[in-house]
Amino acid sequence: MSDFTLVPEPTAPLPKITEQEGLLSWVASVDHKLLGLMYIGTSVIFLLLTGLEALLMRIQLSSARNTFLSPETYNQIYTVHGTTGVFLVVVPLGLGFGIYLVPLQIGARDMAFPRLNALGYWMFLFGGLLLYYSFIAGGAPNMGWFAHAPLTAHAYNTTQGVDYWAFGLLMTGIGTTTGGLNFIVTILTMRATGMKLLQVPVFTWTILVNGFLIIGTMPPLNAALVMLIIDRQFGAHFFSPDSGGSSILYQHIFWAFGHPEVYIMVLPAFGIISEVLPVFSRKPLFGYIFVAGSTVAISFLSYAVYAHHMFAVGLGHLFEALFGLSSELIAIPTGVKIFNWIFTMWGGKLRFTVSMLYAIAFIILFTIGGITGVTFAVIPTDWQTTDSYYVVAHLHYVAFGGIFFAIMSGFYYWFPKATGRMLSERLGKWNFWLIFIGFNITFFIQHFLGLMGMPRRVYSYPDVANWSLFNLISTIGAFMMAFAILLFLINVVISLTRGERASDNPWDAWTLEWATSSPPPIENFHTIPPIRSRRPLWDLAHPEDPDWNRSHKAERSVPQ
Amino acid sequence: MEKNRLGMLCFIATEAIFFGMLLVAYLYFRFSSNGGPGPGPKNLDVATTAFFSLFLFSSSFTIWQAERALHRQNRNGVILWLVATVVLGVIFLSGQGLEWSKLIAEDITVSRNTFGSTFFTLTGFHGLHVLAGLIMISMLAGFAIAGWFKGPKSVALDVISLYWHFVDIVWVVLLTIIYLIPLVA
Repeated sequence: MSDFTLVPEPTAPLPKITEQEGLLSWVASVDHKLLGLMYIGTSVIFLLLTGLEALLMRIQLSSARNTFLSPETYNQIYTVHGTTGVFLVVVPLGLGFGIYLVPLQIGARDMAFPRLNALGYWMFLFGGLLLYYSFIAGGAPNMGWFAHAPLTAHAYNTTQGVDYWAFGLLMTGIGTTTGGLNFIVTILTMRATGMKLLQVPVFTWTILVNGFLIIGTMPPLNAALVMLIIDRQFGAHFFSPDSGGSSILYQHIFWAFGHPEVYIMVLPAFGIISEVLPVFSRKPLFGYIFVAGSTVAISFLSYAVYAHHMFAVGLGHLFEALFGLSSELIAIPTGVKIFNWIFTMWGGKLRFTVSMLYAIAFIILFTIGGITGVTFAVIPTDWQTTDSYYVVAHLHYVAFGGIFFAIMSGFYYWFPKATGRMLSERLGKWNFWLIFIGFNITFFIQHFLGLMGMPRRVYSYPDVANWSLFNLISTIGAFMMAFAILLFLINVVISLTRGERASDNPWDAWTLEWATSSPPPIENFHTIPPIRSRRPLWDLAHPEDPDWNRSHKAERSVPQ
Repeated sequence: MEKNRLGMLCFIATEAIFFGMLLVAYLYFRFSSNGGPGPGPKNLDVATTAFFSLFLFSSSFTIWQAERALHRQNRNGVILWLVATVVLGVIFLSGQGLEWSKLIAEDITVSRNTFGSTFFTLTGFHGLHVLAGLIMISMLAGFAIAGWFKGPKSVALDVISLYWHFVDIVWVVLLTIIYLIPLVA
């Protein structure tokens, strides 16, 4: 450790800032629990915004030749909707869960760099605000969330929307990078005594891999944004083909970020599912090593598949064939996980709590999204379906039906730990079924719209065979989801004040975060139980049959 | 591994990828045919830049000497070598400033052509990193003068020296690719 202190220790007592003392305690906090909740809370607000934007689009599309939104407004709305969904909702939700849970799961007092942690949060928040400020400043960005050149050039934009987009994402991107770095250092250096690296809870493992993915993936985005900013502010020629630049170069750099980004979003979801399923099946996770290993395999492969976003460019047959092949390859480690989860449930004593329902729905919906994903690896199919509603359906099955459902599963699972109160299961079941049915009504039918040739990102459409009907059905589903999200918020508000008190370990789980009180004290743990296996609380509860007394290869298959 | 050191290594990894992407853009434009006529590496004053680069390279040596002085708990040595590092870095940056102003006087700017765009972006970001390093090393020198370094080791000096070596290595790569290879090719 350092032999000097940058800031001398104060001699007079500092004013006490506790979690109860108003705004200042939130603004000045460096506590990982508070910052984790701030990440999650802020993401939920951005979720409402992106949902509102989705509803506006769905109203516009509910009938042919509708005039609810002007084409200009529609372009801005779908751009901000996509940008918000990816950068301000799904990624920070994963980060927030990680920041809240990782120190608790490994028995640490806080993250390795608490102030850097706070910096990351504020960069995320102000990056998001910068993006939304563009609406006030004359016009939001209107070139789609991946901002392909040359749509970002001045010639195609009369407003500053692209600049707000680029600066906002650059800030958020730097914030995310600090988060990834912090995860790596925390998990590698701050585990409780006795906890080996392969004994960390599987959620922590996925966050560790995610950390490496983040620090490898965000820099290309930041580089692309920096070049875009220099293009726009100083008249450089990186991405302007008419003056020697290259719009294809932008696509390469952006998607070298863009595809691993999908896995940055999905790895925390994998982790959550791998925590929830064993607890509600009363069995250990089937094949921890395979889950851990396939996570690493996925993150390596994710760099080798990015050009499947660019098949429509015409990059040459060999290049396309290689990326088609690697994209099919990545289905294997993902498929391994699906089987791990199914075998975890197999023969277990299943408890269908809301958290478990969300986890099971995740497996189903993510598998559908994964299957349509593989169809994009088949290049002729990709050419046929790219830029159509088939893509929209696919990505929402992955990002919403997959990742967001997993996040909801985690939310219901860890809410008692974070707040000391249980969420209402009754409201929760209403919330779940409404959102599950609403989601499928909205997006399943979009597969067919896409196959029928309806292009994405177009503000209106002619009334050809059934398009109006299918779109209306999709819009009705969207409103069902909106109602379900409203129910969820009501559930949170009611449960926070009147929910049933949660015990320290209300679900009978075996990982370390359930050893401390609910909610955890500011220092996280008073005492940490001895850790000799992946399930320290099981060992504590069953001294006659601890996990560490068995060969680590012998998986338990009998429900407990 | 010590957590600050690991954190700095992760940070350096992200920086390496960032510079790598900018370099990809530079090389892409050098080797693609649509670069068009106009100024290129041939307009650079290689000798002058190589001369100023020597100051940056030797600053890696001086900061290492500062670490060794700290190890011997020689406070004056720490101060001396840190100040020397800052001076060398400032000379390098001034050299870069001279080069930039000369190029801009010849109307070679970031908006002239793709060479200008990539050249100024790469060297500019490297210069910014040197500047950030100089600020941090100046702070270290200030702490040393205030007598906060007791030795034999300091994490702050350790990680900033790691960063400084990295900035140096980036310049080795940039100097080779932008200045030296076009001489041969």
